[in-house]
Amino acid sequence: MRIGYLLLLFVIATAALPAAASETPLKKVSLALLWSPQAQFAGYYVALDKGIYAKHGMELKILAGGPGHSPVQTLNNGTADFAILWLTTALQQRAAGIKLVNVAQLVQKSSMMLISRKSSGIKTVADMNGRKVGLWGGDLSIPPRALFARHGIKVLEVPQSHTVNLFLRGGIDVTSAMWYNEYHTILNSGVDQEELNVVSLSEQGMNFPEDGIYTLEKTLRNNPSLAEAFAAASLEGWRYAFAHPDEALDIITKRMREAQLPSNRIHQKWMLNRMRDLIMPANSPATPGLLTEQDYRAVGSALQRGGLIRNYPDYATFTGRHRAGEK
Amino acid sequence: MPGKSSIVIKLVLVITLCSTLIFAVALGYNYYSSRSILEKELESNARNLSLSLVNRVETELSVVSRVTEGVARALETGRYSEKELHTLIRTTVEKNPEIFGSGVAFEPYAFSKTSRLYAPYYYRENGKIAFTRLDTSYLYVPYLLWDWYQSPRELGRLEWSEPYFDDGGGNLAMSTCSVPFYGETDGVRHLKGIVATDITLDSLTKLVSSVKILKTGYAALLSRNGMVLAHPLKDAVMNESFFSIAEARNDPSLRELGKKMVAGETGFIRYNSLVGVRSWMYYAPIRSTGWTLAVLFPEAELLENINRLSLIMGVIGFAGVLLLTAAVVYIARSITKPLRSLAEATHVMASGNFDLELPVVRSNDEVGVLAQDFQVMKESLKEYIKNLTETTAAKERIQSELQVAADIQASLLPRQFPAFPERSEFDIFASMDPAKEIGGDFYDFFFIDDDNFCFLIADVAGKGVPAALYMMVAKTLLKSEAQRLGEPDQILAYVNKTLAIDNDSCMFATVFCAILEISTGTVRFANAGHNPPLVMDSQGVRYLALKSGFVLGPMADTVYETERLIMQPGDTLFLYTDGVTEATNLTDDLFGEPKLLNALQDGPRQESDQMIHAIRDEVTRHANGAPQSDDVTMVAITYRGTVV
Repeated sequence: MRIGYLLLLFVIATAALPAAASETPLKKVSLALLWSPQAQFAGYYVALDKGIYAKHGMELKILAGGPGHSPVQTLNNGTADFAILWLTTALQQRAAGIKLVNVAQLVQKSSMMLISRKSSGIKTVADMNGRKVGLWGGDLSIPPRALFARHGIKVLEVPQSHTVNLFLRGGIDVTSAMWYNEYHTILNSGVDQEELNVVSLSEQGMNFPEDGIYTLEKTLRNNPSLAEAFAAASLEGWRYAFAHPDEALDIITKRMREAQLPSNRIHQKWMLNRMRDLIMPANSPATPGLLTEQDYRAVGSALQRGGLIRNYPDYATFTGRHRAGEK
Repeated sequence: MPGKSSIVIKLVLVITLCSTLIFAVALGYNYYSSRSILEKELESNARNLSLSLVNRVETELSVVSRVTEGVARALETGRYSEKELHTLIRTTVEKNPEIFGSGVAFEPYAFSKTSRLYAPYYYRENGKIAFTRLDTSYLYVPYLLWDWYQSPRELGRLEWSEPYFDDGGGNLAMSTCSVPFYGETDGVRHLKGIVATDITLDSLTKLVSSVKILKTGYAALLSRNGMVLAHPLKDAVMNESFFSIAEARNDPSLRELGKKMVAGETGFIRYNSLVGVRSWMYYAPIRSTGWTLAVLFPEAELLENINRLSLIMGVIGFAGVLLLTAAVVYIARSITKPLRSLAEATHVMASGNFDLELPVVRSNDEVGVLAQDFQVMKESLKEYIKNLTETTAAKERIQSELQVAADIQASLLPRQFPAFPERSEFDIFASMDPAKEIGGDFYDFFFIDDDNFCFLIADVAGKGVPAALYMMVAKTLLKSEAQRLGEPDQILAYVNKTLAIDNDSCMFATVFCAILEISTGTVRFANAGHNPPLVMDSQGVRYLALKSGFVLGPMADTVYETERLIMQPGDTLFLYTDGVTEATNLTDDLFGEPKLLNALQDGPRQESDQMIHAIRDEVTRHANGAPQSDDVTMVAITYRGTVV
């Protein structure tokens, strides 16, 4: 609670910032996203579009994301000041030596799912033993692999692209899916909810918080208030997006069109609604934007147990909270 | 005017409503049956159109499938150098205009032990055949992860990919037909790679979109995932799936429809198209790709002709009904107009005016007949009333003449009372109340000489003029003969003889004739069939016992006898005709002789006029308003005795 209170102080402090900031030129900031424009990042696009970052004294540039773009690399090589990363990714990269700091934790729980058709006879994780399971490459395969390891089963891993067509055609028995994205794509390819067997990782004790805002330790050290302002502006953007979903969808659609991506408004609406469920879960004591120490330790120890990392920094270091304490 | 409204309005209402109803039913049935005929035809048209379109698409696709399959089999059976492989791929693209591009993608190290990935790809660019290597042109996602590679690889069979934007390959929206090919090492069959052949989505959607259906109808193409591939909603193409549209519109039925489509079903349904037009849709699967082709016929356009026809028929029908209504009004008026004037004439006639002119009706129909009959009836009534008037006038004249006769008759009877005020020896009073008309009763009294006073009462049988004339004769005879003969029997005998001569009509009269000798009080009397008089003396009241005698008239030789009665002073003789005793009341009860006796006993006896008035009152009371058929005649004579 103490930390939440402090964060609140930050928000108040940064909200008072613009008056002073308006005098000074806007600070140029860049953000690397996990993927190409979609409602998963509605908060940042909305905050940019509505001038919320400018209000907080920043001139934000959102870098192109998507296939071929690694936000960690972009962050590490200094192209981006901030990046959206999964907690698991960030822990791994930190273990690999990149000094990442969690500025804000947006997605509070895992939205990852393993989906199979009921007709395949797969009901539980154990049933997946020996079956073809589509797994995304890179860090996104960490949670399901950890799950399989915990259940002691071996699956036939099939690399999964960014479509679910292989699953829809029957090329694989189980597909990885995000609740806010692929799950809905499957539904809107004419497969009913009742025909599917869905294993949510969050319900399997693999509740790994996902999207968070990260920066490098040195960036934080050089300009601590910038990170605070960025986190506050981003959260404000999300709040605005959730309060004005139609406007947010307009902004997202515009971005998707610019990126020449297929834009499906109802799909983006679904995604935005799920993001609200993930960022501001109902009936949850969690403070939006805050990585709890409990979640952090759970993920850290799970990765350690799974042999994915050797060790992980303490909570205060990882979140840069020791600075708050110094203040 | 209620009479006016009833017939005309009833006719107009009933006929107009009935004809409108009949017409509406006929029109409705016509519309309905034309429509169902049209729908049947439409279904077969739609099916033919869809299937021919499906066939055209299938033909294009099957060429591509066959070629791809051919390349795969060729790669399995023969050993190809890199150059030969390139020639094979290049030729495949060159020879088949349907094909946009073709490539062979190898499994890691399957082509060469030294390089991991190898995927030569030939495609069309600006009318020429261009070349690239997919293992290097795909910047971010290696070809191993693309659907077109993964699906046939995992499924081990020919697969048509979900249409996609080939970013890095052809850089176009396309669908790829991919076939796995295998090799054998030490008798073990293993996958060597995938032969992929692309067609641009454009070529297919142009084919589909080029189909013109009516004015605004269209053909649409959906992918296996329900993705919109060709549709007039350009924004939806490659962006929306049928299911996302269903979700956006919150329409579960649309989702169900989409499921049927992607399941490869065929159907002909009526539904609101995605562009919001009520349409008929025929959908059929394109088997090779699992896509769905739908052909939409806007209902409004289909029904345009029927609707126009129905509208024209409706207008004609409406005009017809109007015309019919006008005709009905005209005919109803032509019927009711003479009826109405007849009714008005009848109203005048009912008040008794038969002289008005009846309206002329020229038609020969029932109304004409009615008017003619009415005319005849009017004439007949007029004639009848004229006759009636004349008859009544004649009757009234006779009546008045009879009245005069009755007056004359009455005037013949002595009516001055007291009749002889200078004679105190007796007192006489008489009255005659004639019945309906002149009758035959009469009375008379007169002096024969100074001492003998004759009085009589008579009743001529019959009524009316004959009786009156007979009475005149009888009265005249009786008076003259009495004065000449002086004795009652002789008087009656002589008068009888005279009356009996030439009495062809057999008339007769009853007479009581008496002569009072005033000096002595002796009454000599003779009776010719008349009611016996009553005597009131000191001993009371009684009927006089006398010989009845035979009536005057029928027999010439009848003999009468004179009888005598001595009256003491104060005695009274009461004479009457049968009009008194046979007076009837409403229930036909007679007054009767005993009642007359009682009435005389109880009544006043001093004055003869009072006595008669009392009896008359009694009779009147008895009759109680009932009309009397006979004259009521009474004579009372009271002897006072001689004055000393």
